[in-house]
Amino acid sequence: MDNSTEQLKVPRAPVIGPGHTFATITDKISSIVLTRPLSNGWFLGFGIAFLLMNMMLFAIGYLFVRGTGIWGVTIPIGWGFAIVNFVWWIGIGHAGTLISAILMLLRQSWRNSINRFAEAMTLFAVSCAGVFPLIHVGRPWLAYWLFPYPNSMGVWPQFRSPLVWDVFAVSTYATISALFWFIGLVPDLATLRDRSENRVAKMIYGMLALGWRGSARHWARYETAYLLLAGLATPLVLSVHTVVSFDFAVGIVPGWHTTIFPPYFVAGAIYSGFAMVLMLAIPIRKIYGLEDFITDRHLQNSAKVMLATGLIVAYGYIIELFMGWYSGNRYEAFTMWNRMHGPYAFYYWMLWVCNIFVPQVLWIRKLRTSPLWLFLISGVVLVGMWLERFIIVVVSLHRDFLTSSWGMYYPTRWDWMTYIGTIGMFLAAIFLFVRILPMISIFEMRTLLPEAEVKHK
Amino acid sequence: MKTTATYGLMAEFDSPRALITAAEKTHKEGYKKIDAYTPYPIEEVAEAIGFHHNNVPLVTLIGGIVGGLSGYLMQFWISTIDYPVNIGGKPYHSWPSFIIVTFEMTILFAGISAVFGMLALNGLPMPYHPVFNVSRFAMASKDRFFLIVFASDKKYDAVATRQFLESLGPVSVAEVPS
Repeated sequence: MDNSTEQLKVPRAPVIGPGHTFATITDKISSIVLTRPLSNGWFLGFGIAFLLMNMMLFAIGYLFVRGTGIWGVTIPIGWGFAIVNFVWWIGIGHAGTLISAILMLLRQSWRNSINRFAEAMTLFAVSCAGVFPLIHVGRPWLAYWLFPYPNSMGVWPQFRSPLVWDVFAVSTYATISALFWFIGLVPDLATLRDRSENRVAKMIYGMLALGWRGSARHWARYETAYLLLAGLATPLVLSVHTVVSFDFAVGIVPGWHTTIFPPYFVAGAIYSGFAMVLMLAIPIRKIYGLEDFITDRHLQNSAKVMLATGLIVAYGYIIELFMGWYSGNRYEAFTMWNRMHGPYAFYYWMLWVCNIFVPQVLWIRKLRTSPLWLFLISGVVLVGMWLERFIIVVVSLHRDFLTSSWGMYYPTRWDWMTYIGTIGMFLAAIFLFVRILPMISIFEMRTLLPEAEVKHK
Repeated sequence: MKTTATYGLMAEFDSPRALITAAEKTHKEGYKKIDAYTPYPIEEVAEAIGFHHNNVPLVTLIGGIVGGLSGYLMQFWISTIDYPVNIGGKPYHSWPSFIIVTFEMTILFAGISAVFGMLALNGLPMPYHPVFNVSRFAMASKDRFFLIVFASDKKYDAVATRQFLESLGPVSVAEVPS
């Protein structure tokens, strides 16, 4: 081995703490599910999240009784919170797929300890996202009309519409994410089946494990299928937010009709997703003592991804401004001027602060490696990314071509209850997940150990 | 003499290296109906028991082609034949608009084929299997590595095979009742 590679290896923090074996990894991760008692803190956290979720259900129940008039949406702002929150949630989900699929294809084995809960996060975030378009269609009991199925009305969806593309993109994404997550869980469910003392738990894990026994032939097909799924999920995840951005970019509304949207939406999605990964990983690794598995190197790598995608987002904002001027289109120019000086100008500048200025402190190594700072900055980024979608949806719509059709958007308490309620639903699902399923992939962690090395030197 | 009561002989190893060496020797010895069980995927083990190719990529490819074709043809048939609607003067067969749904359907069908094809080729779900009768086999999902010679192998002999497996330096050898 030459000196240069030797030097490269030294300063890197390990992806797994020293002194672990196959057995200790298995015990440590499975004991969180199998033997650790439920703490008061867990009950408190889950209870609050569960209450918030019920608030959402109440708000949706009232919506079904009264209709979308209880929301702040009016003409010209017909999209409001429902679409803002939809785009925000689905973007958050993207980091999970990036970690599990793209980083796997790039052979970034440090991902092995965070991919499981990042994928769970994806699934729950997509579920939260899915709530909004469904309740926004006005007659949610007819939402299945969006799918092409032979019907007695003799009509079909309109395939030139980005909204129909979105139905296909999001439902495919939800399906593939669920399959990817479940298939990744199967070998670990077998571990839980074999280690569980409780008869009922043993039976449930046993059924979910599908009879997995770790045969070499099974593993070979499993690895192939997993790799192929990663290869399929990679273009899929890029397509999902691209299609979401088409919902806007294919329209002619100033502030929407731009070709920068697909890449800038995808980068923004990954940006907010990594912020959510950090906001979940930092408390979880502290509470469950998983610092050996989710190490400082994971936090630092995630921070670097945030920094990089944040800069792509900054480029998007700058190009939007530049094109507003360079296009020579007075409506485009006015849209940009209105963002900076109009009634929602405060939110536009807060967007710059949250998404562009504050995260630049991640250039400082000390802050990048401090869990507390990362947690706070991630919170700021999540707020910023929500503001971005608010600016795109509401601020573009409220001032369009004709002054006679200008308006303002004021979200009602029902809008807020639904939005905050989905955060409760997301957290409730995370609380259940960490105690029911192994939150770190046990079998993939085993492959990282030195004792797993079998290549003949 | 083969007895129907035995499914095979199973040897336990405590490291992946020991299992690979043993599996290679067993395969070279002429045993063809063998399998190995490991707590995590090890490519070299599949190689050692003589399992080199699998059909998951083929199934996935077929799924993807079927998904893509059905996605495009569905849109073509709906938009030009069954329900032609003039939208802003665009042609009925506006193929650039059909690419996204075609792409998503390709991914959807290929992904579903990869997962369910893999499970079907593996014969899963199968909640009961004779290997679970060996109590130490529970360690196969933790930190132990197992090699099995099935009783259906031509060369299988209750005594000679056991002696051969014991010569490979295992932690233990157990008979798997069927």
